[in-house]
Amino acid sequence: MIGYILRRLLVAIPVLIGVVVVVFLLLRLVPGEPCTAILGERASPEACERFNEANGLNEPIHVQLAIYAGDALTGDFGESIRFSRPVSRIIVERLPVTLELTVAALSAAILVGIPLGIAAARRHNTGVDVAAMAFANIGVSMPIFWLGLLLAYLFAVILLGTPLALPPSGTLSPGSRPMAFYDVWGMELSEGLLATGAEFVSNMTIINALISAQWTILWDGARHLILPAITLATIPIAIIARMTRSSLLDVLGRDYIRTARAKGAMERRVIRRHALRNAMLPVVTIVGLQLGGLLGGAVLTETVFGLAGVGTALFEAITARDFPIIQGFTVVIATTYVLVNLLVDISYGYLDPRVRLE
Amino acid sequence: MTLRPDISVPDPEALLEQPGSMWKITLRRFLQRKVGIAGLILVTFMILVAAFAPLIAPYDFQENFIGQPGAERWLPPCVNFLGCEETQHLMGLDGNVRDFFSRVVFAARVSLPLGFTTVLVAIVIGTVVGAIAGYFGGWTDNILMRIMDVVLGFPSLILAIAIVFVLGPGIRNTLLAIAIVTIPQYARVMRASVLSIKEVDYVSASRALGASSWRVLTTRVVPNALTPLVVLGTLGVATVILEAAALGFLGLGAQPPTPEWGAMLAAERARIFTAPHLMVFPGLAIMITVLGFNLMGDGLRDALDPTLNR
Repeated sequence: MIGYILRRLLVAIPVLIGVVVVVFLLLRLVPGEPCTAILGERASPEACERFNEANGLNEPIHVQLAIYAGDALTGDFGESIRFSRPVSRIIVERLPVTLELTVAALSAAILVGIPLGIAAARRHNTGVDVAAMAFANIGVSMPIFWLGLLLAYLFAVILLGTPLALPPSGTLSPGSRPMAFYDVWGMELSEGLLATGAEFVSNMTIINALISAQWTILWDGARHLILPAITLATIPIAIIARMTRSSLLDVLGRDYIRTARAKGAMERRVIRRHALRNAMLPVVTIVGLQLGGLLGGAVLTETVFGLAGVGTALFEAITARDFPIIQGFTVVIATTYVLVNLLVDISYGYLDPRVRLE
Repeated sequence: MTLRPDISVPDPEALLEQPGSMWKITLRRFLQRKVGIAGLILVTFMILVAAFAPLIAPYDFQENFIGQPGAERWLPPCVNFLGCEETQHLMGLDGNVRDFFSRVVFAARVSLPLGFTTVLVAIVIGTVVGAIAGYFGGWTDNILMRIMDVVLGFPSLILAIAIVFVLGPGIRNTLLAIAIVTIPQYARVMRASVLSIKEVDYVSASRALGASSWRVLTTRVVPNALTPLVVLGTLGVATVILEAAALGFLGLGAQPPTPEWGAMLAAERARIFTAPHLMVFPGLAIMITVLGFNLMGDGLRDALDPTLNR
């Protein structure tokens, strides 16, 4: 197993390096001088010279890349042009929002998708099966930003005034000011990694409210999270349900299932003990593969629901041509993606010993 | 609880029949499945809409109705048949007082060709990369596939956004960006096919007869690897149309006044609470198109899979 993990790591590292290099070089391809893009079209040559000197832009490109990569390793992604603040600070503010949304969506997708797939497979070729698969097919075919807009209209306009109404934007109702959990606990935060970590956690509305027992905030935050989470979860629900169904159908046709039934095992036991365990392997893979789609979908979902996450930050930075933010956020998103895929690979090796030997 | 016998008795009549060509068999099997036919119908419908857009759409997609009787910005759908007398706009008017139905129809002329061309570009490049990597192996393989891994290291929409940012917004750059991010999947499939076919007897025979690498690759290996690519490509059109709409929605795709479903949704987003009809139709159009390609891809996959002999 350790050998397997090491091999996966060895594959992931060049990919990570490649990701940083690609993002760095890609943004150097933007036409025009970075200086005029940042200081404006009418920046004087002297101002440009000073700007280039200050930002190390006079160095040869490979030196710039080395400096950037070195800084990025220590968590220094430079300073945002628009906000004049370190990009890493903005990441600490924005990433938790996206993380909370993505985790909520993925959990919902697993909790709904797998039972849906099982129900469809057990009642193969019945109304349940047809309905579940029709839902799955429509689910993967809907643009999620459109679904988001429709849900917002349904829950914030049509159902307004009913108990089912839900807020269509933001993470909390205006005016509510949650306390950071470390303030509630009476902790003193100094500088450093621990403080950054604590701040990161405190920016996750729900987690923060939960661990510091701010129940009204928790309720409010959860209500705000429902619509974006459903929106983002729809495609993964559909994909997971389809995969669970086809994998389970495949397993249910095997000899050992017939044996289990023949020896008189209850149908419930056949499904749980014999079929599901073997059918879950491809589902685990597909769950891992959803992450890329979720991170991309988060950009759209956050835009629709006005959430201040990584996606909206990236999008605003693109509109404002805020290079350091675009660069830093893309690297962070891609790194998260590569690392989670690594975890999926490792868990897959744990679940299916055959994979380790490949 | 039912016991399903897995042994099927071959139909004696069928054994005496002439075996048809692979594509003929595929077509017959494809047409036996409701899913595939449903997909084919939806796709054909959208292709017809795109092809005959000028005949279907009552107005030009740029024509505006400012000052005309009964016309106002964000006019809800107005259909004579349903008792709306003054004028007729099946899907209402948009924020620029243009006939929304005509715009939705004309937008099919943007999304469909974009979907096909992007997939074609990605398949051609992906096939070449995958074939070279799989056939020559060694360092060539290693370098090419590591590059593909890096592309796959990004969530696809994020990389597409970054590429469009560099190239500038617009339809052509949307095409390029999405093609680039989808190349690896075709390259991987092609490489796997090539690897599995490379050692087959008829390829060795061809080589022994003195055929050049190029000839073996183009006449023996590639045609045999095409089946998975056909399925992947059909499903790929669906993905491309969704991602292009997403880029359009973010303002990075088609630029006004080009009618594009994603961009149309973005343009009228702020009106969602007052003019919801402008939200419904473009999204519905995207969904129908994407659903069509998805169902057709599923149908093709089943039809091409010889293990699913039912």
